[in-house]
Amino acid sequence: MESLLLRSGAWFGVALLALVAFIQTTEPAYAVHMAIIGVTALLVMWVGMAKTDYLAVLNGWIKAPVDESRYDDDLIRWGVILTVFWGCVGFLVGLFIASQLAFPALNLNLEYTTFGRLRPLHTSAVIFAFGGTALITTSYYIVQRTCRARLAFPSLARFVFWGYQFFILLAATGYVLGITQGKEYAEPEWYVDLWLTVVWVAYLAVFVGTIVKRSEPHIYVANWFLLSFIITVAMLHVVNNLSMPISLYSSKSYSLFAGVQSALTQWWYGHNAVGFFLTAGFLGMMYYFVPKQAERPVYSYRLSIIHFWSIIFLYIWAGPHHLHYTALPDWAQTLGMVFSIMLWMPSWGGMINGLMTLNGAWDKIRTDPIIRMMVMALAFYGMSTFEGPMMSIKAVNSLSHYTDWTIGHVHSGALGWNGMITFGALYYMTPRLWNRDRLYSLRMVNWHFWLATLGIVLYASSMWVAGIMQGLMWREYGADGYLVYAFSEVVSAMFPMYLIRAAGGVMYLGGALIMAYNIAMTIAGKYREEAPMTETPYDPAKDRPVVPAVAAAVAGE
Amino acid sequence: MILRRTVRLCRQWLLLWLANKESIMANIFSDHKKLERNVSLLGLLALVVVTIGGIVEIAPLFWIDSTIEKVKGMRPYTPLELAGRNIYIREGCYNCHSQMIRPFRDEVERYGHYSLAAESMYDHPFQWGSKRTGPDLARVGGRYSDEWHVQHLKDPRSVVPVSIMPGYAFLAERELSAEGIENDLIANSRVGVPYSKDMIANARADFIAQADPDASPVDLQKRYPKAQARDYDGDPKKITDMDALVAYLQMIGTLVDFQAAAAQEQAK
Repeated sequence: MESLLLRSGAWFGVALLALVAFIQTTEPAYAVHMAIIGVTALLVMWVGMAKTDYLAVLNGWIKAPVDESRYDDDLIRWGVILTVFWGCVGFLVGLFIASQLAFPALNLNLEYTTFGRLRPLHTSAVIFAFGGTALITTSYYIVQRTCRARLAFPSLARFVFWGYQFFILLAATGYVLGITQGKEYAEPEWYVDLWLTVVWVAYLAVFVGTIVKRSEPHIYVANWFLLSFIITVAMLHVVNNLSMPISLYSSKSYSLFAGVQSALTQWWYGHNAVGFFLTAGFLGMMYYFVPKQAERPVYSYRLSIIHFWSIIFLYIWAGPHHLHYTALPDWAQTLGMVFSIMLWMPSWGGMINGLMTLNGAWDKIRTDPIIRMMVMALAFYGMSTFEGPMMSIKAVNSLSHYTDWTIGHVHSGALGWNGMITFGALYYMTPRLWNRDRLYSLRMVNWHFWLATLGIVLYASSMWVAGIMQGLMWREYGADGYLVYAFSEVVSAMFPMYLIRAAGGVMYLGGALIMAYNIAMTIAGKYREEAPMTETPYDPAKDRPVVPAVAAAVAGE
Repeated sequence: MILRRTVRLCRQWLLLWLANKESIMANIFSDHKKLERNVSLLGLLALVVVTIGGIVEIAPLFWIDSTIEKVKGMRPYTPLELAGRNIYIREGCYNCHSQMIRPFRDEVERYGHYSLAAESMYDHPFQWGSKRTGPDLARVGGRYSDEWHVQHLKDPRSVVPVSIMPGYAFLAERELSAEGIENDLIANSRVGVPYSKDMIANARADFIAQADPDASPVDLQKRYPKAQARDYDGDPKKITDMDALVAYLQMIGTLVDFQAAAAQEQAK
């Protein structure tokens, strides 16, 4: 398969070079020759590719023999591959639009590549394509294993998985073509929303169906979170997207609500896309993979009950903090602020429960880069769920709102928490799904970990500085009683921060590409020959580890 | 009286709770086992719990009268302005520009009177935005000339050298047809915007009249008070996306007469 890929890639490269020459040349005769070369290269490529039986190759990768005694994992293998793919796409588009803010020439003067159209592509690619695929994939994995049951309604489960991918395809192409509702994180238009509703209801049926046929008496805590995520997202999606299409033959629709009501409905949706998609769903992921990788039981059962019910109850109220000091009535703003601050504790309940699960296994942070990734995810989760309530305080928000601080905040959550926990889950699942002894390389996981962590640090700190600077510059008065800065001066002051942010993005994307290679090699069944991550000097005679100082002394003798 | 009774009740409850803390907690956790064994119960209770916040916060906005203050001057968008607003949404302007001035001294001095809820009452959906990569646009109407807007949209750095806004030169090339614009008005009226039968019937004529320097704007302005009619993009031969977008930009935040409102406040 690899040699085929290499050969077709080479022929495609030849065809591409010929095409460039064909376009650039001014000599008609040369152009004809280039056309002949290009077409021939494509033909050879096609012949080479047509010989291969793709179905057999794919089946080798993805399909397991039908065996009712084993879990239904075909979709999960697809899901691992697609999660990695969408992650890389989402990060790449993010890096591109971040660079556009530093170098506006990158908008390319094309309508399809302006920041305004690509930014929804980035947010949706990361939240819904990367995050959503990760959630569907891991929830299928978790629910089968914690219920000790195969997926209910296998064909419906396949419809959900591929139907969701089709939703991503429609949404993504729509953004580039300018089809949007103009509501953040709810950009897809009415017909795409209807499709997603159908897919989502089917998802609920598959998930609940699997729980119903479980052979465990109890429903495991991860499934509480996943269930509440599926139910709540359905409610939010349906209510926020109520709209009136101008006709059945037009993509355009007008939302049912206007002005204030539209604003609060949107942020009720928007904040709980964070609360239920990116928090409850991913907590479900955390509650399975962290105990598994640490080989320790969940720290506290009671804490999980308390923080589950309080987090799903409180999160829903937090939406109005996106609308502080706007034309939204004061009572709603204050209510939103109070509940956002209360949300701090139940959010940290999840972090505490996750971190304390490592009780007795803390040494694994040193030896196991996958555990390290999960711990870093929980640390970033804790940090951003503290930062969030703080930013929801009206006095803080009057400075932070409309600035890049908000952008930094969501990225410490998205890159740190959602990204890292997903990477950890992918590294956990891949060897098990493809029956490999281990990952291709554990050292690459370590590289990924450090690149991602340093990338987030650069990203978050540059955006803190940028955001606070913007907020202060906008409101700065001189001794003469006039505003000191024109808006454009604030824009140009952001340049160095936007560069640092882009550098952070390069590192994060680099880490993700290393992961893509590592997982691809693991799937291909290769193992990298490498020195183990930790080599503790060991004295076999005395049967105990050697302390470094002693080891040096022993070596010196 | 009510207050005292509430305090007494709370104190009784607290004492009761303190006296029986152990058994109550034990009961809660053992009762939770029932939920953990019944997925319908668990799902149903989760649904109930997550609906409460939305009902308490959002529903009252639809019936509390003071949510949207009564001000004079608000009217539905003209067909051309509506088309311009749709281009604003299509190009994702809301990703970088807010339309919501907060009641702070610096914002009011920089952008103008703080935004009122009434000013977006016909916006399906709202475009308040969440980020100011570029400046707020809630009162951009009438601030700059049409020529400035056209030049700025085509090549932002030719007028603001440090701008990081994308260029939108293609808007001037794209012809915009009045055909079907009445469907937009009908859809809006279905979701509550008070477009009259007269407005819908004359949608195409109004659309063209607003961008044509030779047409008479009298009928248009009768239906839509304060509507500005002229050739916006410097090319009177055709109506383009640029015409519609500039027409929209030039009317944002201009409908409410704040002078009149200020006098009223003082009289009280």
